[in-house]
Amino acid sequence: MDSAFFYFFALLVLGGAILTITRRNAIHSAISLIVSLMGVAGLYLLQKAEFLFAVQIILYIGGIMVLFLFVIMLVNLDEQARERQFNGQWWAALACVVLVGAQVFYFIRKGSDALRLPPAADMSVNMTKGNTEMIADALFSEYLLPFEIASLLLLVAVVGSVVMAKKRI
Amino acid sequence: MLQPITTIHYVVLSAALLLIGTIGVLTRRNIVIILMSIELILNAVNINLIAFSQHLQNMGGQIFAIFVITDAVAEAAVGLGILIALFRNKETVLADQIDLLKW
Repeated sequence: MDSAFFYFFALLVLGGAILTITRRNAIHSAISLIVSLMGVAGLYLLQKAEFLFAVQIILYIGGIMVLFLFVIMLVNLDEQARERQFNGQWWAALACVVLVGAQVFYFIRKGSDALRLPPAADMSVNMTKGNTEMIADALFSEYLLPFEIASLLLLVAVVGSVVMAKKRI
Repeated sequence: MLQPITTIHYVVLSAALLLIGTIGVLTRRNIVIILMSIELILNAVNINLIAFSQHLQNMGGQIFAIFVITDAVAEAAVGLGILIALFRNKETVLADQIDLLKW
């Protein structure tokens, strides 16, 4: 049953991604990206990362994608949709990506024996804590400094985006 | 019956998603779609982190996935702000028409 769900979500992820980079209309691309992100959220749930599943739905699909759709409405993309969609060097880019992809899959195949065995012990079986509680424990003890640095990054991003969107800088 | 899913399936899926995102970044002209392709690449990274977090039974992967999502939010906010400023000044969102630094 898990396998069927995995293949379903993988189909959503890859199909949505391919539609995202090939559609002419930017709104269609954004909708396809939402489908792809929902597939990724399903994969999180299959991997027992429930907190990240919720974060993916709320933050990515509810936050970032709405931001994208707002910007698509703000900048008028109607003339751009009628123009050429791919740049002049697309064949060189495609050749490079195929080359890199062949290397990546070759090495995954070489090292696949180490990854084929399923996980030895299940984290959630012998522990009474839930996924969110375990994330909170790790985030606020072991990873406290990166957490604070991330808050600083978000502050810089907020100030930066306001400055960028102002009429006169 | 289908074979059971192991970590290698997730790694292959993540590599495929990364390559699709890279193709989008390198070949599209529309900056909005280039930013969306960057989101695809970051999601490929997250799938990998979660798969290895489960494989090694270590919470570090999920913590780092949270940080990657934070970075994605910051990048999208600043990137779209730059895009609006650019559109106000140059009236275009096509990446190859923004060529002030080219000779």
